[in-house]
Amino acid sequence: MNIDAFTMPLAGGILIGLSASLLLLLKGRVFGVSGILAGALVPKAGDTAWRVAALVGLVSAGFLLLLVRPQSLAIVTDGSYGRYIGAGLLVGFGTQLGSGCTSGHGVCGISRLSPRSIAATFTFVGAGMLMVALMRAMGVL
Amino acid sequence: MSLLVSAYFSALMFGLGLGLAGMTLPSKVIGFLDVTGDWDPSLAFVMIGAIAIHSISYRLITKRDSPILTSNFHLPTKRQIDWKLICGSVLFGAGWGLGGFCPGPAIVASVSLDPSALAFLGSMIAGTYLHQFINKSFLAKEG
Repeated sequence: MNIDAFTMPLAGGILIGLSASLLLLLKGRVFGVSGILAGALVPKAGDTAWRVAALVGLVSAGFLLLLVRPQSLAIVTDGSYGRYIGAGLLVGFGTQLGSGCTSGHGVCGISRLSPRSIAATFTFVGAGMLMVALMRAMGVL
Repeated sequence: MSLLVSAYFSALMFGLGLGLAGMTLPSKVIGFLDVTGDWDPSLAFVMIGAIAIHSISYRLITKRDSPILTSNFHLPTKRQIDWKLICGSVLFGAGWGLGGFCPGPAIVASVSLDPSALAFLGSMIAGTYLHQFINKSFLAKEG
């Protein structure tokens, strides 16, 4: 297998680990995107501005990527809205009910060896694999 | 102000990491989840890299009495694995597999103005509000 295919994911992962550490060191917060988003959408006094700043940071990263590495945003989809609307609803609702997503559970929680996050990560990766297997079986992929 | 700047720059770095790693490409994510088909395991290295760094730095950072800019660490303390955690994660995983986006990459990728990415982000926000509504109306009562 081509070793280069692994270096960018690894480099990106290291950058993700470093930025989660930066937020923890400076502000004492877990870098969980679904939690940061929910807290910004349903504001609480004194706990909203940093969340909005973080969301703006993520969007800024998108603009920077467009400039320096546009292939990161060269999204190819099948163009069916129903699929992405359904997927978004599941992800929005599911991450709130499950208290976290790939960043909060998958990166920060596993790094803390949190039993909840380990269980959540195995569950969502497993459910994702099952969903893709189903889509394959049904000929969607 | 320094709090806002630190949140902004952490997220900027985080988003760049997601983009470099390939997490912003739904085709790549679905390839990672496609274990019964054309499996592309490379995205496992995103988690390996992130956890390798953060599991060490987390231990060093939380040895401090407090973060640099605030007085307390806000870390989750709950340890019980309950039905909400598991059901929520099943729903999230299903949506992740269906669309190929998880929350961070969906926000970063919205800049592409790809209609599917925007549809995903919009409905992810709607799903977040839907949970808020259901939680307030029904779930909160059982504690």
